[in-house]
Amino acid sequence: MSPNPQPAVEVSGLVKRYGSKTAVDGLDLVQQPGTVLALLGPNGAGKTTTVEICEGFRRADDGSVRVLGLAAGSEELRPRIGVMPQGGGGYPGIRAEEMLNLVAACAKNPLDPKWLIEVLGLGGAARTPYKRLSGGQQQRLSLACALIGRPELVFLDEPTAGMDPQARRLVWDLVCALKDDGVAVLLTTHLMDEAEALADDVVIIDQGRVVAQGTPAELTANRPDDQQLRFRARPGLDTSLLSAALPEGLKVREATRGAYVVEGHIDPQVVSTVTSWCAQQGVLAEELTVAKRSLEDVFLELTGRELRS
Amino acid sequence: MTTFAPGTFKPAPGRGSLPKMLFVHARTEAMLTLRNGEQVLLTVLIPLALLVALSVMSVIPMPEPRVGSATARIFALAIISSAFTGQAIALGFDRRYGVLKRLSASALPRWLLVAGRVCGALVVVALQITLLAVTALVLGWRFPLSGLPWVVLLIILGTLTFGALGVLLGGSLRAEIVLALANIIWFALLMAGGVALSAPVGFIHLLPSAALAEALETSVVHGTAPGAGPVAVLVAWGVVAGALATRTTRLT
Repeated sequence: MSPNPQPAVEVSGLVKRYGSKTAVDGLDLVQQPGTVLALLGPNGAGKTTTVEICEGFRRADDGSVRVLGLAAGSEELRPRIGVMPQGGGGYPGIRAEEMLNLVAACAKNPLDPKWLIEVLGLGGAARTPYKRLSGGQQQRLSLACALIGRPELVFLDEPTAGMDPQARRLVWDLVCALKDDGVAVLLTTHLMDEAEALADDVVIIDQGRVVAQGTPAELTANRPDDQQLRFRARPGLDTSLLSAALPEGLKVREATRGAYVVEGHIDPQVVSTVTSWCAQQGVLAEELTVAKRSLEDVFLELTGRELRS
Repeated sequence: MTTFAPGTFKPAPGRGSLPKMLFVHARTEAMLTLRNGEQVLLTVLIPLALLVALSVMSVIPMPEPRVGSATARIFALAIISSAFTGQAIALGFDRRYGVLKRLSASALPRWLLVAGRVCGALVVVALQITLLAVTALVLGWRFPLSGLPWVVLLIILGTLTFGALGVLLGGSLRAEIVLALANIIWFALLMAGGVALSAPVGFIHLLPSAALAEALETSVVHGTAPGAGPVAVLVAWGVVAGALATRTTRLT
């Protein structure tokens, strides 16, 4: 591949308001070509609005958006990008294969629609009208439509929503193959494992602002005092007794029924103390693991644990 | 490691050829209309039944030559059915199912999205008119061939005007509301809008339905150019509806 210093996506100071509500509030992000960027955030954080502005479906109220160095939504840009809108899209009465053929006709060098239909596991549904496809099948067809034109950059808005685990694995595999072939992928998700598994860079947004960004490794970086020891045992153990047996600075809680978490600086001595304390209590500590913070922990820390309305 | 050979998705972007895109899009639109049972009922079967009824049932007042007048009016009805009611309902549900968003995210230019729909609608109207014309000839219609160019022009003008009105209705409201309104308006225009019967009162002549029926009657029955009045009415409705529709039409 020839070196291409131009970012795939470059957003700066993006603002979008709906009436009195500010959906995106001064958002900046840069995606390098050929990388996978995950836009992560709770519902209503502004993910879809941001992506739809990049795709050219909505206009920014302020700030600048350049996609492959071009203005978002320009006719020049659209053949170069692939878009999977949230919830898909198709004529209600069109057959899956006809829809893909129609989108393929819009591209200069399309992938083979028959092959792509099979790859996405839609071979059996190729002649099914769009409105009779299941939600997951509509999503897969939409993904096929996004990829058929061999784009340089693909926008996937919640690509695995409504998909079964097999289909999710397939989408992950496709995203990895795209990246290996030099296609940049910008995806939105609220699935932590998805972001962790696929993304080179993660941008966490909340209430229209970037609250954290970096590689998954950076975001979950193992600060020495920021580890967890987790184990399962009979519910209702007196955690204050365990706390007293452990060195200062370690916190113990029963996170959910029977699931215990020790947080802080976990060293071999701590593990030994926990297991011998359990032995004294006459309980078997099951599924004992020492782990760094997960992306989910980071996410919940930054965006709060309360449900959003 | 993925299960795909390296290079499978190597970027090779670009837009397809314009004539091919237009052809495939228009073919898709026409095919989907003809595949939809309700659309066929509305655009073909009802006009066909009415053509036969108006031609042979003398209880309905109809100027002589009876079959010719009926043919002109049913041509107008067929155009309204397909370009207005059919287009509005299809657009309402297409928006619901996100196809406009899907297609406008592809390399299809926006103007082609409109052009493809227009060409698809013209193909359907051409098929309708052919079927109705053959039936009318069997029923004894004598078509003065001098009217042919005018009839063709009026069919195109009528399709564009009612198509613009259909897009205006189907492009902004919820699909169920579009469905109800498009059918009610169709029925109202047929009964009281100067289609089935010539307009008894003055202001009805200002409706596009009456204008189309009158203009077609002149060319279909007498083989002469339509009056400037009805043509002006049609053009005015078309221009206003088109201008409004470009502002109000939403993708979803």
